[in-house]
Amino acid sequence: MSLYAFMGAIEQGTAFGLMVLGVYLTFRVLDFPDLTVDGSLPLGAAVSAVAISNGYHPLTGMAMAVGSGFIAGAVTGILNTKFKILHLLASILTMISLYSINIRIMGRPNITLLGEDTLIDQFIELSGLAPHYSTPILFAIISGAALLALIWFLKTSFGLAMLATGDNPKMVTSLGVNRDMMIIFGVGLSNGMVALSGALVAQNQGAADVNMGIGTIIAGLASVIIGETLFGKPNVTRAMLSALLGSVIYRIAIALALGVRFGDFAFTPSDLNLVTAALVVVALVSPHIKSGLLKRRAS
Amino acid sequence: MKKILLFLVLLFMVTVPVIHSAQTHTVSISQIVEHPSLDAMRDGFKDRLKEAGFDVIYNEHIAQGNQATNIQIANQIKGESPDLVLTITTPSSQAVAQKIKDIPVLFTGVTDPVAAGLVKSLMHPGKNISGMTDLSPVLRQVELIKEFLPEVKTIGTIYNAGEANSIVLTNLLKEVCKDFGIKVEEASVANSSGVYQAAKSLVGKCDAIYIPLDNTVVSGLEAAIKVCRQNKLPIFSADTDSVERGTVAAIAVDYYRMGLQTADMAARILGGKAKTADMPVETLQNLRLFVNEKAAARMGVKIPKQVMDRADEVIK
Repeated sequence: MSLYAFMGAIEQGTAFGLMVLGVYLTFRVLDFPDLTVDGSLPLGAAVSAVAISNGYHPLTGMAMAVGSGFIAGAVTGILNTKFKILHLLASILTMISLYSINIRIMGRPNITLLGEDTLIDQFIELSGLAPHYSTPILFAIISGAALLALIWFLKTSFGLAMLATGDNPKMVTSLGVNRDMMIIFGVGLSNGMVALSGALVAQNQGAADVNMGIGTIIAGLASVIIGETLFGKPNVTRAMLSALLGSVIYRIAIALALGVRFGDFAFTPSDLNLVTAALVVVALVSPHIKSGLLKRRAS
Repeated sequence: MKKILLFLVLLFMVTVPVIHSAQTHTVSISQIVEHPSLDAMRDGFKDRLKEAGFDVIYNEHIAQGNQATNIQIANQIKGESPDLVLTITTPSSQAVAQKIKDIPVLFTGVTDPVAAGLVKSLMHPGKNISGMTDLSPVLRQVELIKEFLPEVKTIGTIYNAGEANSIVLTNLLKEVCKDFGIKVEEASVANSSGVYQAAKSLVGKCDAIYIPLDNTVVSGLEAAIKVCRQNKLPIFSADTDSVERGTVAAIAVDYYRMGLQTADMAARILGGKAKTADMPVETLQNLRLFVNEKAAARMGVKIPKQVMDRADEVIK
């Protein structure tokens, strides 16, 4: 793997790391499988791209992306809690509507950011570093800050109530916590982060495209699982950090798969999906194998 | 005699490598998804460079439709530091353009390179990137449908509203049809599994169905062909590969030829004769006409003699 590919994987891993933190929040903390992300990632990209190409500062565009993602997530939460629609279905409904909404927002399916003054360009100028160093650093700073903010939030009493909502809904309700409110806010927060991730990805890829959300949830779940397998989850801080690291490892693994040379053993480009799936299976199975080996050794 | 032969062999050994492969070039290719038209461009490109005597090592990358992988591929290519990058389709070109500023990049299969932000203008690209557009000859296609069905009043079309290319083409279709006094009935789909439903919704509302260059619809084309066979509704496509799959006819950009022409641009760059900044974006002039006799019969249209006479290929 070349230096560019390696730094590129870190750049991708940290940009999508925000999305993975969001997925962790719904999937593990709230126990709410949320497919809205396939729509809220391009939503964040669309909103920020429209803002940037209309002359707003990239940071303003990103803030608007977070807001729009929060609303999208909250809609899923409301569909689930207030209208009693199954969480999976509620999130699918929001996801498919976002496809149309995203095209409405952009006015067309693809908005270019090539030649626009993005946050990445501004940071390259500010830091004076080459793009392949400065972009991963910028993304690491942003996702690191989001990680710290999220850890802080989950340690406030509101955050603790949210943690408890996923663990034991009956108990939190008996303690007087408004469970519906927690779900709506939690799924909103999650999708706000996913949308922010989309805003970063769009600036990195040079365009916002309505199809860029395809496979987001798969990448998110794969990253969460890889992170958990490799770095464990004894407490919230460690678990959130694992999710972010899992995202980076996932992208490095993809970069490795992409870099496989066509020798006698031919990995063709069409094998990439299989490699991705195999990676997730290995991550899922390895703890069982490890514990199995330990047991055998003990006996 | 022997000496002459030996001399000739020696001359051949000395000159041929000098003329043809003074050096080995590397070309990296980024393509968003595997698809017959896109693959044909890639094949045409490789064949022509080989013909021209270039010794090229290829690094081929296909993102499997995943745009996150697409950016990683751009970074990968940057690390490969090839002599030239070939990008196939709009999203692949945009990702490479964002990441690579110092290696010549040629795009192909991009409908609107200016709107995609790839070049400032078609005549003067200005930077490290130029290439070919595949803007479909919609006017010629509507003319072809009129040759088959002189009385055509309404044309139905199926496209994915999420594909940038398709929006451009559908708007163009409406413009062209307006000039002919033809109504356009639209049906849009979100994925290829929606094609069957979309085709059914057009039955009874139009005299013919026209399938633009839409990756989603073309990949689910068989469903539309099935509906058209059942209802004796002629279906026309914008690409010739689809005629082999069962549409009545198409006059189209031939993607293989497009790959050939892109390779000619590449040869000028690799040979040091041109720079992308000064190479205008090219379009393909040489169109191909395909007709499918069996499909025409099953969908109840006669192939006009003048169409038959000038067809590049007749599928029996």
